[in-house]
Amino acid sequence: MRALVRIVSWLYAVAIYGFIFLPVVVLVLFSLQATSFPIPPFTGPSLRWYDAVLADTRLTSALVNSLLVAALSSAAAVTLGFLSAWGFARFALPGSALLRGLITLPLTVSYLIIGMGLLVLFNWAGVPKSLLAAGIGHVVINLPLCFAIIYSQMGDHQINIERAARDLGAPEWKVLLLITVPVMAPAIFAGFFLSMTFSWDEFVISFLLTRFDTTLPVEIWNLLRSGLNPKTNAVGSLVFAVSIVLVVFFELMLLRRKPA
Amino acid sequence: MTAPLVDISSVSHRFGQHTVLKNVSLTIEPGSYTILLGPSGSGKTTLLSILGGFVTPSQGKVLIRGEDCTAVPPAKRPTTTVFQDYALFPHMSVGSNVGFGLRMQGVDAATRTARAREALALVGLATAFDKKPHQLSGGQRQRVALARALVVEPAVLLLDEPLGALDLKLRRQMQDELKAIQKRVGTAFIHVTHDQEEAMALADHCVVMNDGRIEDEGPPERVYARPATRFSATFMGESTLISGAVTAAKDGTITVATQVGSLLLTGTLPAGTTVALAVRPEHLVLGAAGGAVGFGTAKVTDVVFQGSFKRVLAVSEKDPALHFIARVPAAAAVQPGDIVAVSCDAGDIILLAS
Repeated sequence: MRALVRIVSWLYAVAIYGFIFLPVVVLVLFSLQATSFPIPPFTGPSLRWYDAVLADTRLTSALVNSLLVAALSSAAAVTLGFLSAWGFARFALPGSALLRGLITLPLTVSYLIIGMGLLVLFNWAGVPKSLLAAGIGHVVINLPLCFAIIYSQMGDHQINIERAARDLGAPEWKVLLLITVPVMAPAIFAGFFLSMTFSWDEFVISFLLTRFDTTLPVEIWNLLRSGLNPKTNAVGSLVFAVSIVLVVFFELMLLRRKPA
Repeated sequence: MTAPLVDISSVSHRFGQHTVLKNVSLTIEPGSYTILLGPSGSGKTTLLSILGGFVTPSQGKVLIRGEDCTAVPPAKRPTTTVFQDYALFPHMSVGSNVGFGLRMQGVDAATRTARAREALALVGLATAFDKKPHQLSGGQRQRVALARALVVEPAVLLLDEPLGALDLKLRRQMQDELKAIQKRVGTAFIHVTHDQEEAMALADHCVVMNDGRIEDEGPPERVYARPATRFSATFMGESTLISGAVTAAKDGTITVATQVGSLLLTGTLPAGTTVALAVRPEHLVLGAAGGAVGFGTAKVTDVVFQGSFKRVLAVSEKDPALHFIARVPAAAAVQPGDIVAVSCDAGDIILLAS
């Protein structure tokens, strides 16, 4: 009886992980297909489709665009998130709880709504569809995240550390730069890498806000409209690999925190 | 007479509705070791924060070296603080921690290193220069905090319960070192504590605070021997307190009616004044061969052996509300339940207005 329970629970676990990871495994496997269709039987392994991806300038420039948008929008989101977290943690503001709620609210709003809102707003303000517009959209969705991560890590112990720096003659900007930022570095990097991950494979906002130069997910969508081929699998695998790297960095930053 | 180093005049402070300091005035002399002693909520830490510039008082003025510093921010005033939790910069080495204040003053790296090493040597941590704060013990971190605050040569060093986080043995050891370091550098130290033993051991000038007011201030010997108020008689060491009223006053002698009968004392208070008589435990005499002033008999309720002496608690037989606290030699044969005569010498009675 107990053996049966064990077997069933193992089967259940395998089914769950299979459900989550089988699509990814299939995607990566058929990116190594040697023939022209990503369907069984498997004919690889071969790297010809990766060669095809790297030879496709539209895809490679989209990849560079995606990296740029992810890095710059995340840097902006983490900077703004850090400054607002510091403000809320260190100063008594009227309606502090309400304002904190408002700043994290975009986390609950669908990307489609945010994208449409920005589209209308940029249209009205005369900002053309561009990578910059998409980048601003990514700051909107990632700032609340960075704020929440950094704010949660700002403890009272750091208040006295900042006071000590002020007491020893540091002006406010040096306190921030030399004390608060290094002490908060794990949370700041965690916020940065998580933002990069989200920006990297974000589709809806980029789709709505870019036109000629666009990001990789939008370019992949363009590719998919002409039907499945192992090239889409190859580029999808590359996206997945970069996401994995970013998530690993994020986890490392959170785990690296050692007691002060 | 030179001007005092620090002059706090009529400082009051409110947090919202709550008044934490009520019209406090205090002067600090150069090179002195001042202790602010009081229970939690007495306003001593707020007063220190006002001196450090972290709190701007609602009313009153703070002059340091004759300059009005009331609203000067911490970075710009000649004070540094040793925080209770040390507040070392966890991402910097011990040397960089100590050199931080000099770095903010724009001192070049070589001079900074030399002076930081000197300051660390002063606190006995010359070898810790390259370590990180988390590699040090509590007592060592305390010393780093002290070195970091002293290296910028402040006019006044403020210490916020600096020994509070250390265990008892280490606390007594650091206490001796603090005093020695203060004598060596000659900087005025202002030290907040609720530990009266610490206060007596360290202070040149002891300030007893309660409920936002200064109850008593002076050399610790004086504050202990002749406390100015009922509060300071009980907070700075223990006392037996007997309340009474002056019934007659003549030629420097007063008669005081108390719970244990009429007593003749020297004093000049007018008849009708209510007073309290305080007697230190070591001055109370138990047994027949007593002092000149008798307090009647009492029943011993508790005897606590404390190594070099026994602490005896007894309840007056005339008035059960009156509790005597006495200190007798360790060899004395006193037991709970004994009935003993209680007395003391007239000169050992501290007369307090109440």
